[in-house]
Order: sequence, then C-alpha cells, then structure tokens
Amino acid sequence: MQSLPTPPGQWLVLLPVLIPLAGAALLLLLRQMKLLQLPLAVLIAAVTALCDFVLVMRVAESGPQAMTMGNWLPPFGIAFTVDALGAGFAFAAALVVTIVLLPLGADAPDRARRDGLYPQVLLLLAGVSGAFVTGDLFNLYVWFEVMLIASFGLLALGRQPMQLDGTVKYGFPNFMATSIFLLALGLLYGLMGTLNMADLIGASARADKAALAAIAALLLVGFGMKAAGFPLNTWLAASYHTPPPAIAALLAALLTKVGAYALIRSLAMVLPDARVMLEPALAVVAVATLTLGPLAAIAETGLRRLIGFLLIGGIGAMLAGLALGTEQGLAGAASYGIHAMLALGALYVIAGLVEKLTGAGDTRAMGGLLAMSPLIAMVFGLALFAVAGVPPLSGFWPKFLLVTAGIDRWLATGDMTALALWLAVLLNALLSLIAVARLFAHVAWRAAPLPGFAPQGPRQVMLTSREERMVLWPAALLVMGLVGLGLWPEPIMGFGMATAKALLDPAAYIAATQLAGGSP
Amino acid sequence: MNSLIFRTVAPFLTAVMLAFSIFVLLRGHNEPGGGFIGGLIAASALAIYGMALGPDVARKALRVHPLVIAAAGLLIAILSGMMSLAYDVPFLTGLWAEFNMGRDVLTLSTPMLFDFGVYLVVVGAVASMVLGLEDNEEESP
Repeated sequence: MQSLPTPPGQWLVLLPVLIPLAGAALLLLLRQMKLLQLPLAVLIAAVTALCDFVLVMRVAESGPQAMTMGNWLPPFGIAFTVDALGAGFAFAAALVVTIVLLPLGADAPDRARRDGLYPQVLLLLAGVSGAFVTGDLFNLYVWFEVMLIASFGLLALGRQPMQLDGTVKYGFPNFMATSIFLLALGLLYGLMGTLNMADLIGASARADKAALAAIAALLLVGFGMKAAGFPLNTWLAASYHTPPPAIAALLAALLTKVGAYALIRSLAMVLPDARVMLEPALAVVAVATLTLGPLAAIAETGLRRLIGFLLIGGIGAMLAGLALGTEQGLAGAASYGIHAMLALGALYVIAGLVEKLTGAGDTRAMGGLLAMSPLIAMVFGLALFAVAGVPPLSGFWPKFLLVTAGIDRWLATGDMTALALWLAVLLNALLSLIAVARLFAHVAWRAAPLPGFAPQGPRQVMLTSREERMVLWPAALLVMGLVGLGLWPEPIMGFGMATAKALLDPAAYIAATQLAGGSP
Repeated sequence: MNSLIFRTVAPFLTAVMLAFSIFVLLRGHNEPGGGFIGGLIAASALAIYGMALGPDVARKALRVHPLVIAAAGLLIAILSGMMSLAYDVPFLTGLWAEFNMGRDVLTLSTPMLFDFGVYLVVVGAVASMVLGLEDNEEESP
C-alpha cells in the first residue's frame, strides 16, 4: 500500500468527473422541481469548468497530476492521469456544455425535460471528462460507454420518427466502434499484461511489432469511426441534423473530439512505434477526410447536414496532425480540437436560429438573413468563417501550425506523405472557404429563396427576448471567444505546443502515474 | 397475466425475492453475490409484481419514481468513495470499522456501502426499464 498521504488537492483530478456525475444524480432526485433544473445544471457545469480551469493551471505549473482509485498500485488499479492535453480538452468541453445548456433550456419541450434532458447532458459531460482525464485504456472504454448511452438518449429524446431514425444510424456504427475498441483492448492486454497508459508506454517498446501494429489498426478503426474519419463517417451526416439544434451542438462539439483525442493519446503517446507503422493508412484517411468533407459541404443543401460535413473536414485536420506526428503537427491537432469544440457548439446553435428566422431547413429555400437580422447574420458569418479557418479567427492558427508542420517535415526528410498532407490541408482550407462563402452568400446576401423553393415552415419575423437572451447571446459569447482566440492566439498555441511536447516525451506523465501509486 | 393463481402468489413471491436480494447483496463481499446481482433479483421481483397487478400498482408500491432510486444509489456510491477524503487516501479506498457485539464482531465498510449504492442503481434503472416495457399505453402517467 501507498505510504504517502494523498493531499486533498490531488482530488482535483477526480472532480471533473465526480461533479457532473453527482450533479446528474442530484437533478434526477429533484425531478419534481422543474424550475430548478436548468439553473442547477448550468451551475454544476460551470463548477466543473472552473475545476477544469484550476486543473489546467496546475498542470501547466507542476506537470501531470494523477490519482489511483482505491489505493491499488498501478498497473492494477485504475489511475486518472491528467496532462495538458486532457486538462485543456476537459476545460473546453465543460465550457461549451455550460454555455450550450442555455439554448438547450430555451427550446426544450416539456416532454424532453421530463424524460431527463439535463441529467443526460451532465452524464454526457461526465463521460467526456472521464475520457479526457483517465490514464487507463479500459477505463477509457467505460467512459466511451457512458458517453454513448447519454448521447443515445439525447438524440432520441424528442421521439420524432426522424430522430429515432437518426439515433439508429448513429447508434449502430458507434456500438460497432466500441466493440472493436474492446476487442483491441483484449488483444492488447493479452500481449502486454497491462492497460495502464503510462505502463504501456514502456511495455510497447519491447513488444512484438507485428502484433502491436494489428492492435493499433483495430484502435484506428474504432476511434476513427468515433472521430468520423473517412470512410466511417456516414453516420454523422445521417444523424446530427435530426435532434434539436442545441443538442446537435453538444454532440458535435464533444463526441467526435473524444474520438480524435483517443486516437492522439493512444497512437502518438502510448504506442508511438505503431503510429509510425500506421502512418500511410493515417495519411490516406486524413487526406480523404480533409478533402471529401468540405466537398460534400459544397454539394449539400440542408443547412445542418452541411455543417456536419464542415465538422468532418475539421476532423481531417486533427488526423493530419496525428499523421504528421511532429511536434508542430500534434500541436496543430490539439489546438484544432479546442477550436472545433467552441466553433461547432456555436455554429449549430446559430443554425437553429437561422432556420427559425428563414422558416426553412434547406439552404435553397433560405435568403435575406442580412436584411432580417444583421446581428444574427454577422454572428453566423463569423462562426462559419472561423470553422473554415479564415484569419483572424481561431480556426486559422491550428491550420497554420499544420501547414508549417507539413512543409517543414517535407523539407527536412523529402517525405512524400508530408507533402500530400500539406497539400490536403491547403486544399481543405480552400474548399471550406468556398463552402462557407457560398453558404453565407445564399443564406444572408441573396434577397429571396430560389424560385420554386418556398420555406415549408412558418417564418418567425423576430426573436423573442427570451430567445435573444438564452440562445443568441450564449452563441455570440462562443463566437466572441473564437474572435478572441484568433486575435490573441497565445493561449491556444501555447496549449498546443505544451501538449505536443508532453505527448512526444511522456516521462513526466509516467512519473506522475507511478507517484500516485507509490514506486513499482 | 390474468390468472388468479399468479395474482395471488405474486405478492408473496415478490416479498421473498426482495428479502433474498438483500441476502445476496450482503453475502457478496466474500462469496458469490453483490450489489449488481442483488439489484437484478430485486428488479425482477418488481417486474413480477408489475406483471401480476399492473405496472401502475407496482409504481405506487414503490412510492418514488424508479429513477429516483437509481439516482440515490449513484449518490451513495459516490459518497462511499468520497469518505476516503477524510483519511488522506485516494478515492474509493476501502475503509473498515469494527464493532464488538458481544460474541460477534460486526464489520462495516465503505465497499459495502458502495455495493449498496450499486444495488439501488440497478434496482432503479432496471425497474424503470421493465415497468416502462410493461406499459400498454404509449404514455405513462
């Protein structure tokens, strides 16, 4: 047993998971008090975000933090180990949940509230935070399941036939992905005898390379499907437009990023040799995702489906960073993750407003947004251009890192993979720009819908003051964050570089995990 | 399930199964059993009660919504882990207390409390699902 006492400050590692989990239980207990649910949920998410922020600061100051459950020495006990990547992602996730809860509360039907809307959102946050802070691969699987159950419930809450259709299309591939992940874990445990990430780093250097490559390929398929990388991304386009916009915002902001995080964590840090072996496959997936996402966005006319394709293009950027594998590449991938959480959260919420004002879900039946509400048109445009990576908005800097990483690696090694990835990132920027510029021109600048396409639904001429307060302002707050991070990229770039350094040299991570459980 | 025999036997069966589920929960620390399996037995007891007398009668007998039971269980499980905060040991570390009861020693521990939380989570969640499935109408009151 461990002899050193655990200082209370160490509990900070657990709080991002415990607070939303206990909060979800509390909200279920208070299910009769309907007026209390939303404020309490926002409060709980905000406290989680605050804890995450303190954790980010602590990690930046004194390196990775860890705690081993039940005082069982690692690798037997489950350790939570938080480094810069996990803490930063957890903070961004909790922040987005806090802000998106307001639009969610504004237009949730009573029935969804009675069916446990807010507890499920908090459960989703607990699952996502757990995935970001855990230092154990099997535990990561558990948090994936928690996330899956919560997101499944959230997608199906309205019980509309279309939502159930989306839920099935979302649920089945995701169950498959978690099963493949579990399969890989079984093989990995058989090969190494441990699933603790810090322990695996050392053990993987001595393991059979062929077996390791096979396991890493399974992980790539499982996590790649979660992250919506080509060709396993059709579920996203088929499901994310079906729930109410605020729920889509939550899922889009959080879920795919967890998949990309798991890929970065497992391939770049835990099994670096396998990443090198898988590099050609990773590069092909990244290039295809980077180019096909925005191409589909150009062709698509459903507004929220279109945003889904933009999201897929962004996942391609994160995969490209991982495929490059250099410090700058990983920094680009990590900082893109933070940017994407904020940007997609904002974009789906605003898309909901745009659909309300134009009375249509199809961009061909939209038009004249600028005349109807210049403010919403501006917020919408800023969010769109941030997603496309136009300077000076936040999407630009991670892509800038990726572009430099690609060209640097090509110049240094003459590696054609790096050249292809570099070209694909540039092409992605161009295609995304075309897609969002076309979309913005159609929705905001065009005076009226295309002939023959009348809005199907009723048009709402003005937002109510409640909608302004609960939907527009939170979304505008997120967009202001995007502008702020674009103008002052130091936090996000510094985070990316610190993260990449820690991923490529995990000595501090290993030391933290061992310390938590005493010396091995 | 409109059978007189079943309707007469079901309440007794439910009572016996609930008692047995507690027994399985408590013996679970060193022998086969535990909170999960105990919870499943208790939930099947409630399911039988619902099948015989209708899900609404079963809900009334529970007095609180099944999901509330699950939530309370989750909170109890978290609290049992949090107790280690006071002893400067990591989350979920087992803490034991022994009480001398004349001839026997009564041992209480946080793993037992945790198991009790698991029991409630399983009872609540499974009962909520099963009673929901037993509903004939689309809408439950």
